[in-house]
Amino acid sequence: MAKRLQSTKELLSLQEKIGASRDPEQKVVSVCAGTGCCAYGAKKLAEAFASSIEGHGLEGEVALRLTGCHGFCERGPLVVIHPEGTFYQRVQLDDVDEIIEKSVQAGEVIERLLYADAGGKTYEHEKDVPFYKNQQRILLANNGLIDPTRIEDYLAIGGYRALAKVLDEMEPEEVCAAVKASGLRGRGGGGFPAGVKWESCRAAHSPDGVRYVICNADEGDPGAFMDRSLMEGNPHLVIEGMIIGAYAIGMPGKPKGYVYIRNEYPLAVERLGIALEQAREMGLLGEKILGSELDFDIRINKGGGAFVCGESTALMASIEGEVGEPRAKHIHTVESGLHDLPTNLNNVETWANVPLIIDRGVDWFTSIGTGDVSDNPWGGSKGTKIFALVGKVNNTGLVEVPMGATLRHIIYEIGGGIIGGKKFKAVQTGGPSGGCIPEEKLDLEVDFDRLTEVGSMMGSGGMIVMDESTCMVDIAGYFLHFLADESCGKCVTCREGLKQLCIIIDRIREGKGREGDLTLLQDLGETIAEASLCALGQTAPNPLRSTLKYFREEYEEHIRNKKCRAGVCKALIRYSIDAEKCTGCLICARKCPQECISGEKKKPHVIDQDKCIKCGVCMDVCKYDAVCVE
Amino acid sequence: MDDAKLNVILDRHDRDPSALLAILMDIQKEENYLPREDLGRVSERIGVPMSRIYSLATFFSAFSLKPRGKHICTVCMGTACHVRGAPKLVEQIGRDFDVKAGETTADMKLTLETVNCVGACALGPLVILDGEYHGNITPTKLERVMKNLKKEQG
Ligand SMILES: Cc1cc2nc3c(=O)[nH]c(=O)nc-3n(C[C@H](O)[C@H](O)[C@H](O)COP(=O)(O)O)c2cc1C
Ligand code: SF4
Ligand code: SF4
Ligand code: SF4
Repeated sequence: MAKRLQSTKELLSLQEKIGASRDPEQKVVSVCAGTGCCAYGAKKLAEAFASSIEGHGLEGEVALRLTGCHGFCERGPLVVIHPEGTFYQRVQLDDVDEIIEKSVQAGEVIERLLYADAGGKTYEHEKDVPFYKNQQRILLANNGLIDPTRIEDYLAIGGYRALAKVLDEMEPEEVCAAVKASGLRGRGGGGFPAGVKWESCRAAHSPDGVRYVICNADEGDPGAFMDRSLMEGNPHLVIEGMIIGAYAIGMPGKPKGYVYIRNEYPLAVERLGIALEQAREMGLLGEKILGSELDFDIRINKGGGAFVCGESTALMASIEGEVGEPRAKHIHTVESGLHDLPTNLNNVETWANVPLIIDRGVDWFTSIGTGDVSDNPWGGSKGTKIFALVGKVNNTGLVEVPMGATLRHIIYEIGGGIIGGKKFKAVQTGGPSGGCIPEEKLDLEVDFDRLTEVGSMMGSGGMIVMDESTCMVDIAGYFLHFLADESCGKCVTCREGLKQLCIIIDRIREGKGREGDLTLLQDLGETIAEASLCALGQTAPNPLRSTLKYFREEYEEHIRNKKCRAGVCKALIRYSIDAEKCTGCLICARKCPQECISGEKKKPHVIDQDKCIKCGVCMDVCKYDAVCVE
Repeated sequence: MDDAKLNVILDRHDRDPSALLAILMDIQKEENYLPREDLGRVSERIGVPMSRIYSLATFFSAFSLKPRGKHICTVCMGTACHVRGAPKLVEQIGRDFDVKAGETTADMKLTLETVNCVGACALGPLVILDGEYHGNITPTKLERVMKNLKKEQG
């Protein structure tokens, strides 16, 4: 690896050198190695490519690159052939030699491996596939192009240029002002203007000049994985953002950095660790960064799997080695945070935006998004947002769109609509403290303030699509149980109140709901919101509020008619076999754990309802759609 | 854990009480759980009371105070996996192996755990068996994934 860079000039000339040494016509097989594709066997696939390249005597000619997540996880493992940019999806081990021979050597396109839309139309290039075409990727733009374990790849695309600019041309105050003027709002949930936070932290008194700069990579919202993907796919972007932040917030002084990251993300921890090590070796971290006065390093701190540790004060307690319990925030963490010193905490995606804002300018950033932030940082939502589009949608994956894109655009244009042509019911945003948004709001322009207006919130950007087979009472129950489990237990209202909410909603799910339960849920929910210390308790009734508001009739059906229209709540459903469709193939009878399906070969089967435990196995194994639920 | 090994872990973290979480993680990585006796030695050597160690060990879901099974099966319970049927999978494994979520079979062969979300929602519902991800799981596929284990158990 190269020696420590002594100045910004050395950095820029190294960048030029790397750029010039890269042949744009170089043949590259690029394999996605994000968590999704790895789960589909991308590692083995990459090994197969390596040995196939060798086997065909192409070592010097064809490069193999392992990249971070491309975002289209649904179609993994993904492979892109450069320089043509041919995009192959669901690539299997058997396809490897064919790709090398036909695609790489002969320049042909293998039709079978291309993405085909529902109408059968195929697409050769990644950028034309509707899933990508309808996005505006600025943060994720390079995930598919660089090998996250090689700092040269990041430098080759202009990485750390923003840092050089800051050190050469800008005073720390100017950097804070630029971030404020850009209207960048925190991507971790609350949407607090980052520049405002930076300025307060900068202004706070620190006895010996120490200020902490922390990256929140706890990503606890279930159904969200954009932070993980950024750290796995482009870790230097986040690191560069933090170094710029350290300069802006902590200079002159002694800024210190931490990344607090979930234990459940081993790959992200590994990639981030490698990236930090490389940045240190090159003099981008450590003492006198690029020959400037800035001394700054970043330590990784692993969380232990507690949702509440994503909350700012709990996170800081956890870094100090204490139990991750939130504390009252009448003294702000920007003044007294980690070790009672001024601390600036931002989310991964927030940090990742910083180098782009500095590099391309405030005007460029404010041209994307909604509202007007020229004299009020709360005046709109600027830039893009990455959403994790998951659930009952055709194209699951990470989606980056400008703030203000409509739900319909995201779910239908990019997401390709609902799986199996079923009917859309709701989309849940904002994680456990968010809400469910119904069909009539599909044209909502998604930004921080619009989402709050309809009773949901941005959260970290999870977007879980639900169809007619999702029960809204069950979903509300799911989130209540989640929050009850994750409550740290400090406040009685949150600890005991959530438990009571769970009991009530469970009895509704079990068909034992009583008249008055809905009012009880609502009242108790409001009390918890009012009397709890941290945002976990304060927002806990949100999933209840929104489902009660938009899907009240489903609750009422559960209570009065003992009916679950989605066919989810076990106590209210029964499985039966449609005699018309049943071919008497015997499979379900063989697989039923209760042995409660009977019938002769080639004759319609029947279920003994008294013994059936409603496990759904019969429905899964029947090839003829003969098992139905009512 | 033998003494030398434990000391290596403690030294790796400079015997710093504020690194307790990381120390516990390293112990669990070696031993698969947090043996009481090891915690006692940690307490003595870095000068942290047992009560604090226990409060950390019980607060974070990553820790187990009981020995875990030879195999560990984790079912993702994220929202995306939930709407695609994850709860049924937990029930199925529970039934087939006679074990509850968070517990270990009597023969110590299998621990069944759940996790809030591993961020691989495109593959949901998702089961992780001994670190290996199995995506888009149906009851039939699950049976296949667990087949060898079932055989091992006899
Ligand atoms: C219960 C709870 C969990 C949270 N989890 C996260 C998280 O996983 N990641 C995150 O970035 N912010 C999380 N937050 C928000 C943080 O407290 C904090 O507002 C955020 O990290 C600030 O960064 P930002 O301004 O860049 O968004 C959570 C908040 C609460 C109350
Ligand atoms: S509201 Fe809940 S999670 Fe937050 S501090 Fe109180 S008990 Fe803990
Ligand atoms: S739901 Fe389960 S128990 Fe009931 S009949 Fe089907 S397979 Fe048997
Ligand atoms: S699996 Fe389906 S078709 Fe076969 S016996 Fe059962 S219900 Fe009938």
